[in-house]
Amino acid sequence: MDQSTIDAHGLSADEYQRLLEILGREPTITELGIFSVMWSEHCSYKSSRLHLRRLPTEGPRVVQGPGENAGAVDIGDGLTAVFKIESHNHPSFIEPYQGAATGVGGIIRDIFTMGARPIALLNSLRFGALEDPATRHLVDGVVAGIAGYGNSIGIPTVGGEVAFEPSYAGNPLVNVFCLGVAEADKLAMGLASGAGNPVYYVGAKTGRDGIHGATMASAEFDENSADSRPAVQVGDPFMEKLLLEACLEVMKTDALVGIQDMGAAGLTCSTCEMGARGDVGIEIDVSLVPQRETGMTPYEIMLSESQERMLLVAKRGREAEVEQVFEKWDLHAVRIGEVTGDGRLRIRDHVEVVADIPNRQLADRAPLYDRPTTRPAYLEAAQQLDLAACKAPVDLPRTWLDLLGAPVIASKHWVYRQYDHMVRTNTVALPGLGAGVVRVKGTDRALAFSVDGNGRYCYLDPAEGGRLAVAEAARNVACAGAVPIGATNCLNFGNPERPEIMWQFAQAVDGIAEACRALEIPITGGNVSLYNETDGEAIYPTPVLGVVGVIDDASQVLTRLFPAEGLDIVLLGDPAGALGGSEYLKVAHGMARGRPAALDLDRERALQQVLVEAARGRLICSAHDCAEGGFAVTLAECCVEGGGVGARVELAEPAEADDRFALVCALFGEAPSRVVVSVASGQRDRLLAHARELSVPATVIGQTGGDRLAISVAGEVVADIGLDEAEQAWMGGLTRHFEHVAA
Amino acid sequence: MKFAVIEFPGSNCDHDAYHATKHVLGQEAEFIWHKDTDLAGADVVILPGGFSYGDYLRTGAIARFSPVMTRVREFADAGGPVIGICNGFQVLLEAGLLEGALLRNRRLKFLCQHVHVRVEQTDTPFTCGGAEGQVLKLPIAHGEGNYHAGPETIAALEANRQVIFRYCSPDGVTTEAANPNGSHASIAGVCNAGRNVVGLMPHPERACESALGSVDGLVVLESVVSALAAKGAA
Repeated sequence: MDQSTIDAHGLSADEYQRLLEILGREPTITELGIFSVMWSEHCSYKSSRLHLRRLPTEGPRVVQGPGENAGAVDIGDGLTAVFKIESHNHPSFIEPYQGAATGVGGIIRDIFTMGARPIALLNSLRFGALEDPATRHLVDGVVAGIAGYGNSIGIPTVGGEVAFEPSYAGNPLVNVFCLGVAEADKLAMGLASGAGNPVYYVGAKTGRDGIHGATMASAEFDENSADSRPAVQVGDPFMEKLLLEACLEVMKTDALVGIQDMGAAGLTCSTCEMGARGDVGIEIDVSLVPQRETGMTPYEIMLSESQERMLLVAKRGREAEVEQVFEKWDLHAVRIGEVTGDGRLRIRDHVEVVADIPNRQLADRAPLYDRPTTRPAYLEAAQQLDLAACKAPVDLPRTWLDLLGAPVIASKHWVYRQYDHMVRTNTVALPGLGAGVVRVKGTDRALAFSVDGNGRYCYLDPAEGGRLAVAEAARNVACAGAVPIGATNCLNFGNPERPEIMWQFAQAVDGIAEACRALEIPITGGNVSLYNETDGEAIYPTPVLGVVGVIDDASQVLTRLFPAEGLDIVLLGDPAGALGGSEYLKVAHGMARGRPAALDLDRERALQQVLVEAARGRLICSAHDCAEGGFAVTLAECCVEGGGVGARVELAEPAEADDRFALVCALFGEAPSRVVVSVASGQRDRLLAHARELSVPATVIGQTGGDRLAISVAGEVVADIGLDEAEQAWMGGLTRHFEHVAA
Repeated sequence: MKFAVIEFPGSNCDHDAYHATKHVLGQEAEFIWHKDTDLAGADVVILPGGFSYGDYLRTGAIARFSPVMTRVREFADAGGPVIGICNGFQVLLEAGLLEGALLRNRRLKFLCQHVHVRVEQTDTPFTCGGAEGQVLKLPIAHGEGNYHAGPETIAALEANRQVIFRYCSPDGVTTEAANPNGSHASIAGVCNAGRNVVGLMPHPERACESALGSVDGLVVLESVVSALAAKGAA
């Protein structure tokens, strides 16, 4: 094999040597292609695997940990929640609509492949600054793509997050999360077994789209990347809807051995992984694969990433049952090969063998790198926060409104109104009100989910950022009244071959692992997306956590809104905030500096326990996490869009009252483990006593009511805005950038 | 009383209609596959929402050719109550069981939100339990719900009182601001000349339980239960 062909496949000299050892001969071009995608970063996790081992993956509720198509946790009543988050960053930059749409399609397939009925989608999106028209084009396309796919297939998109930072300008992040519910004893697995069992291909025909998608996701972008469009696949949600229904129906027949979707690296990855998991071989004839284009080579067929395709292994003798179900849905299941006992992945084109690879070695001997790490040079300076040159705001109400209108904070209704968030009639908390919550029909329970990350925190302190991401997602779930029971993560970073990036990655994983252990939330799977760089400029390191929680009684679900006048407002947690890495610094001073406030995991755990038990005992009427924008923004968010109830609160004098930024810090400073709740007077003392028992500070700070939002400090009103002003700023902050296409 | 919920490939509110009629109303309900050629003795037919055939070509344009549609037409011709919700409304229009067409929403985006609609007529099996002028809070979720028809058709529909629901403000006033998709004359739902076939863009089946934010959809679904009960008694 000539060197330029090997180079074009992204294999290093060492990796090629290893390939030669495994095969004992020169590879065919098809074999080279297969090794290249299976050993790409995207499929093999060669840079990250070593670190991912540090994540806690076990717990009493874990039914399926990492390694399958998705993780699963026990939610009671003999049911499991099956969920995963995945990135589709690179395709979404190249072609936003299809990139995002196929991301949704891929994660849905991962869930129903496990035998679970998908019931909820969420997404975590990050773009460059909205002032840039290119960003607006990306946002418009990505949102439309998610809507186009999710709405059509009939799975509600019930929540998520959208953030804007210049660091994502050339590299938007599109992370999509799906959750399904399955009977615990009926999970399907992606494995093959039983020599002689037939291997079926079902779904869309194979075309040349997406060839080398996995390799694309494993390289940096440069100015020519926009020309990579043919490597992005095109989604067909109608086909996937048919596949979903047909696959769930065929699983009920008990005629299946295993099933796997063809995602990244298509037929290659699905045949290899199914065989490796079952420790068997698979032999297929590519000439039998339904093809959309003429003249496709075995190489192209094996590497195509055409969407909406599944690989199934059926029980021999039960073929008719399987075929019948697919016929009902006007799908044609095609037998393309069979399971063999020799442990080899053998690909034929008619009679000619075009690839013959020991399956386990392909899967298990994938390269594993312990890449060097170095603390990045930028950190020293970036962590110093010196406000000497900054002017303290003179008009706090103005700053308050500016923050409410910052796109990161402002209402995302322009986005989520494009998503069908009510289909399946399970959505008990509408988007924008806190965690996404869906009830589980046939039980009294509901499930709550939140996807959260904060790239700026991680940029300033990757380990702390990792801890904070876990805590925030779990806290959001607890604010809905749910006990966090499992998590999935999507780790978005730059080029791992750069020691500074690898250091960020290792640190963030350590932070996530520590927080998950302390909060007893196992990670049951996820996704790593590396090489998020354009022209050598990396994104902020951005781990995104998706946390799932369970509420035993769906009628106890809480949202952020103050539901009535005359309620007491209680701040749970230490009132002090910090400006390091805050949204205030970005909006008011254009700075990303300082260190995010440190997380006390014991406190966090106790706080979440207070929230869950208070919801269960119906002690509180609403709960909202203090996140970007700090206490003042949180308070306003408890009132706007639907609440219609104002608030008047009184804060204690800040400790360093003579500091020019003391008030700013009290109002807009950020810190974890703080939640604003509302409580009826009759329940107040019980709540306070309960918090005290668990050593969680709890301060009665004011009352709901009126049509204004007023904050006093030490008896003096420091900021007072009308509810209508707040509402206007918050509702318009994102939408105003899209007025030309406003929905 | 038995509801038939027609399932086309790509229907995705079929389970919601089934849940609302079977588990909330406590009536019998049965899925009818689009290739089936009988309605299993149903008393009411629901064409549910979704993206039948992916909405490729045109919303509802392919579904009208499904074998079951022949039976639905016969059922409607015989006076049986038929309701098309969202995509089901689009199918009824394509099938010629109702008049008019649904265009892309005014601002071209898919829209999912609660809206208010006013009950315009109460002499249909799906509104007889409501009051004229009653305001219902119902969800919409569509990209093509912008009702349109030629001036003669509109005039005839108005003259024959075939406009059944209009988008309105919470206090019942039809305004441009309360019209989410640009529908002509704020029309959200219409019926046929025989008044037994009703189509509407909002989703009553999504508004039958307080946990979901509104129970106003019950007005529509309970109407048909009482209409048929009264007919049975008479």
